[in-house]
Amino acid sequence: MSTPRNRTIKVDYMARVEGEGALYVKMKGDRVEDVQLKIFEPPRLFEAFLRGRHFSEAPDITARICGICPIAYQMSAIHAMERALGVEVHPMVRMLRRLFYCGEWIESHGLHVFMLHAPDFLGYPDAIALARDHKETVEMGLRLKKAGNQIVALLGGREIHPVSAAVGGFHRVPSRGELEPLREELKWALDASIATAKLVSTFDCITFEPDYEFVALRHPTEYPLNEGRIASSRGLDISADEYEEHFQERHVKHSNALHSYHRGFGSYLVGPMSRFNLNYDRLPEIAQQVARECRLVPPVRNPFRSIVVRSVEMVFACHEALRILDAYEEPPEPRAKVRGRSSIGRAATEAPRGILYHRYELDEHGLIVSAKIVPPTSQNQPRIEDDLRELMPGLVAESNEEITLRAEQAVRNYDPCISCATHFLKLNIDRT
Amino acid sequence: MRSKSPPRPKVAVFKFASCDGCQLSLLDAEDELLDVARAIDIAYFPEATSVMKKGPYDIGLVEGSVTTHHDAERIQHIRRQCKTLITIGACATAGGIQALRNWAEVDEFVRAVYASPQFISTLKTSTSIAEHVPVDFELRGCPISKHQLIEVISATLAGRKPNVPTYSVCMECKRRGNVCTMVAHGTPCLGPVTQAGCGALCPAYHRGCYGCFGPMESPNAASLSQQFRVLGQSGPEITRAFRGFNAWAWPFRQASGEGHRS
Repeated sequence: MSTPRNRTIKVDYMARVEGEGALYVKMKGDRVEDVQLKIFEPPRLFEAFLRGRHFSEAPDITARICGICPIAYQMSAIHAMERALGVEVHPMVRMLRRLFYCGEWIESHGLHVFMLHAPDFLGYPDAIALARDHKETVEMGLRLKKAGNQIVALLGGREIHPVSAAVGGFHRVPSRGELEPLREELKWALDASIATAKLVSTFDCITFEPDYEFVALRHPTEYPLNEGRIASSRGLDISADEYEEHFQERHVKHSNALHSYHRGFGSYLVGPMSRFNLNYDRLPEIAQQVARECRLVPPVRNPFRSIVVRSVEMVFACHEALRILDAYEEPPEPRAKVRGRSSIGRAATEAPRGILYHRYELDEHGLIVSAKIVPPTSQNQPRIEDDLRELMPGLVAESNEEITLRAEQAVRNYDPCISCATHFLKLNIDRT
Repeated sequence: MRSKSPPRPKVAVFKFASCDGCQLSLLDAEDELLDVARAIDIAYFPEATSVMKKGPYDIGLVEGSVTTHHDAERIQHIRRQCKTLITIGACATAGGIQALRNWAEVDEFVRAVYASPQFISTLKTSTSIAEHVPVDFELRGCPISKHQLIEVISATLAGRKPNVPTYSVCMECKRRGNVCTMVAHGTPCLGPVTQAGCGALCPAYHRGCYGCFGPMESPNAASLSQQFRVLGQSGPEITRAFRGFNAWAWPFRQASGEGHRS
């Protein structure tokens, strides 16, 4: 079709993302005039009502920010509280937390790869329609997702908002024998995630390589989940305590989610691609080998290949979970004793979608005075808009329908969790 | 042949203020999902599909609470579109954790969170769907149980009453063979006043119930508060215990106020 001079691309309600968002792109010729990822998800004001709650309540309350990644919220809250209150946990508790997080990564990545993202590449509206033609693939995806959920349910009682994680450790820890039933399914899941990576690496994708600043945790020896310094591809290397000195949130009119920027740099990327690019050397050999076979060479810059990176992370998570099953011994106590005191604690962990930062200030009774939570989607939101701005000019020759599909897919590359992104923020952020 | 089979009931899933966890429960029913999708026509479920069919719908599942003017209007429209309207989860049935704003000055809450409060449009309260429109069935839980969800959908399609018990968590706890966390360990537990459905999870994981399925039928919350006091809980601690994920459900709201006064 001919290229109209002025075009507006609108998606009033983005499908296959978690939460309520809309997309708006205004083009004049091949120039993009405006791009807005509008988040109209209603604000729930978590940071306000956390004030006055006891530190021990934060993990369960903040889990309710997101039904897809509740463990990420529990972990960031717990680590921040433990930093505030000077708690050291048993090495086996630490290991169990990694296992718990692996379960969430497998579940969340499995959901996104098969149910939300793959339909874009294969030309279906959803996984159910996909299953009519590719039943075995969808069944594999569902079983893989379930394998992750089984870890979460075993450790925490249920898949969504599990109940066992606590400041200091767990309310209840399993015996070594209790974990054993996970082993067979995880062995299958490891093979299935390798097959998944190989499958999705064959999907057609356009050439598009923005100049990202990748930001992720980096740990001295491990692929990052719960711990590590915050690193970036432009040389940043800071502790979570310094996060707010380097990253800033802005409130824009078109979104109920705050936008994050790296001070002095601009938008940045968190999530699987950043973790992979900054921590490739920390992946186990098996995951590196799969990456090589899928032609993923760090730095991977094409966001349309994030589906492959997510699959390689599932290989890592299954492998890591199996390693933990071998090494785990039940700790003598499920959790350390913790007393409230006046303090401040900050922590960042790697949610499936990227860095999740929490900061809490506590009073002498251990009640929360102030809270700040920065979810990965807030951090990625300006970057998503930048991607669209850079992607659109190359698509001017396409029909509006095609441009819309591409734009939606570009948003879904981020696995954006809009429910997460809407509930945050902090006092008086308009500092610019 | 697809064309010869009777039309499948049209099901729609709507989201209000929530975490997405309850609608995710449907996708988490990995073993049942493809069968469910064969039995029903998933006509509107934006989290899972980009096909968005227009109403009317046979069944509407509503997740989330009403917190904005826009949503207060939207639920009226949705009610008119749905033959049977089922609310799923603590946000939809009781206002959710975000109902804690109902005790506060909401403008101050917004200022505490957003730098430019004038961009934010929100109601002073977070309320259940049933406070706005008639609801045919309320499924409790934060999150709901996926087994109960499948039961409610199956029962509705079959035209029978869903088998969802309204007794307390204590019943499930006894059946599971848990040691009573309150009697044996003196741990405060909302189990005696909370509706069953979770399978007595928290006591099984060595902690007290925190009430995520909301008040049971005819709870004696005042008596439980008294027991909490015997266990050494302060008034503010009792208030916080009841002001959780189902804080705005009337029996918990009432009990939390009494804790506050003492």
